[in-house]
Amino acid sequence: MMQLPCPWCGDRDENEFLCGGTTHLSRPDLQSSDGAWGQYLFFRDNPKGAHLERWRHTYGCGRWFNIARHTVTHEILAVYAIDGTPPAAVVNGAP
Amino acid sequence: MRYSALALLRGALAAHRNWTPAWRSPEPKAAYDIAIIGGGGHGLAAAYYLARNHGITNVAVVERGWLGGGNTGRNTTVVRSNYLYPESARLYDFSLKLYEGLSRELNYNVMLSQRGHVMLAHSRHDLESLARWANAMYMNGIEAELVSREQVGELIPAIDMSPAARYPVLGGFMQRRGGTARHDAVAWGYARAADALGVDILQNCEVHGFLKGASGEVTGVETSRGRIAARRVAIAVAGHSSVLAKLAGFRLPVTSYALQAMVTEPLKPYLDKVVISPGTGAYVSQSDKGEMVIGGGLDLFPSYAQRGSFAVLQGVVAATLAIFPSFSRLRLMRQWAGIVDVVHDSSPIIGATPIPELYINCGWGTGGFKAIPAGGWTLAHVLATGRNHELAEPFQLERFISGRLIDEAAASGIAH
Repeated sequence: MMQLPCPWCGDRDENEFLCGGTTHLSRPDLQSSDGAWGQYLFFRDNPKGAHLERWRHTYGCGRWFNIARHTVTHEILAVYAIDGTPPAAVVNGAP
Repeated sequence: MRYSALALLRGALAAHRNWTPAWRSPEPKAAYDIAIIGGGGHGLAAAYYLARNHGITNVAVVERGWLGGGNTGRNTTVVRSNYLYPESARLYDFSLKLYEGLSRELNYNVMLSQRGHVMLAHSRHDLESLARWANAMYMNGIEAELVSREQVGELIPAIDMSPAARYPVLGGFMQRRGGTARHDAVAWGYARAADALGVDILQNCEVHGFLKGASGEVTGVETSRGRIAARRVAIAVAGHSSVLAKLAGFRLPVTSYALQAMVTEPLKPYLDKVVISPGTGAYVSQSDKGEMVIGGGLDLFPSYAQRGSFAVLQGVVAATLAIFPSFSRLRLMRQWAGIVDVVHDSSPIIGATPIPELYINCGWGTGGFKAIPAGGWTLAHVLATGRNHELAEPFQLERFISGRLIDEAAASGIAH
């Protein structure tokens, strides 16, 4: 069973968590084109490798946080606050 | 070599030393009319229908590994057409009809077994939604039967119908034409038939990039076995669609998830229906080898790992045992996962991409196997003619901009 490091509760089993999908998506303004709105709603990088995503410790403390996780090995590369910025090493294409 | 009872007899007399390989393993040519990336069911079917329906035989199927080694070899082999919306009903029923004639068409036994696909209801609300579902199917011209609790008990004696059952079964609905087919045979049958018509099947040939022309159009693929030029290229790679799309320079509304399945040790014929209980997550049929084939749920986080997590396996097994307590002594023999390409409306994408001369067949998510014949047929049509097949018209990438989604999440059978 995969364990995820909740910043408040420590390592807990994956079935205590809910994955909220890709993080750092910002909503375009309401005057945006249909194309930009569709991209925001539906289109994703869906990378094979490091993925920045948000999780909620639903059956625990209930708080949201961000992680960088490798989508093949499932290795957790970084954990950071829900309003934080990802570590530069992950963003700049390490693994 | 044509397969028949006579050929089998002739083989027996020759101590079965006369069989030839079912398809060639040619060296890649420098150029083809059409290159299809992905040697799974959809890619191979598209190659076959290009040759058979459109007379285009200068075609390459480019496969990274071996034929049917991705989701074609990792599903639970269920075929059905019980969808809710007219667009999907037309597409999936066309697929089921092609399956019904496929063994004869390909001269290859795909072991189609239309044993009936039964969906269980565990609450009054389940009953109401199944009634709505069956009515939607009737409206779309596809037969469905609502069945009572008693009928479920008669159809599937293995289900726990006792008063103490953890999940009481109140009824269900059945598509009699639903059932199973042999997954490998579907890939191999299409491969053999396509090869016989002149299609080159290139295994161990991984695509590393796309060749592009002066106006940005795709002119071929860069592979581990060299450059292959093609007038048109198609992507039919399921869970890896986003990876190929990135190489070509566009994005898709796809998220890849691991969907797991498992089989028990084989036992004598015991369950002659496909049974799904959407409320609990149990999805079971018995293979011709005798194994109970149990469909799992999705690991609900993005993944390219072809293995499922234990948490989901545990839930699936628990649900299955609650409905079929008699399975409790069976040992699981194998467990695996396929990477499925889930889109927001659980409907496929079959058609053009933003890159000229590049086409795609993806988005089947948790239910691509049943759609192999239709996916191949409609992809071949757009590759050959440059125009969408009428069945594929509603299933364009553009719908994620226009908002005209066809939301089949409820009919996908697996909780998303």
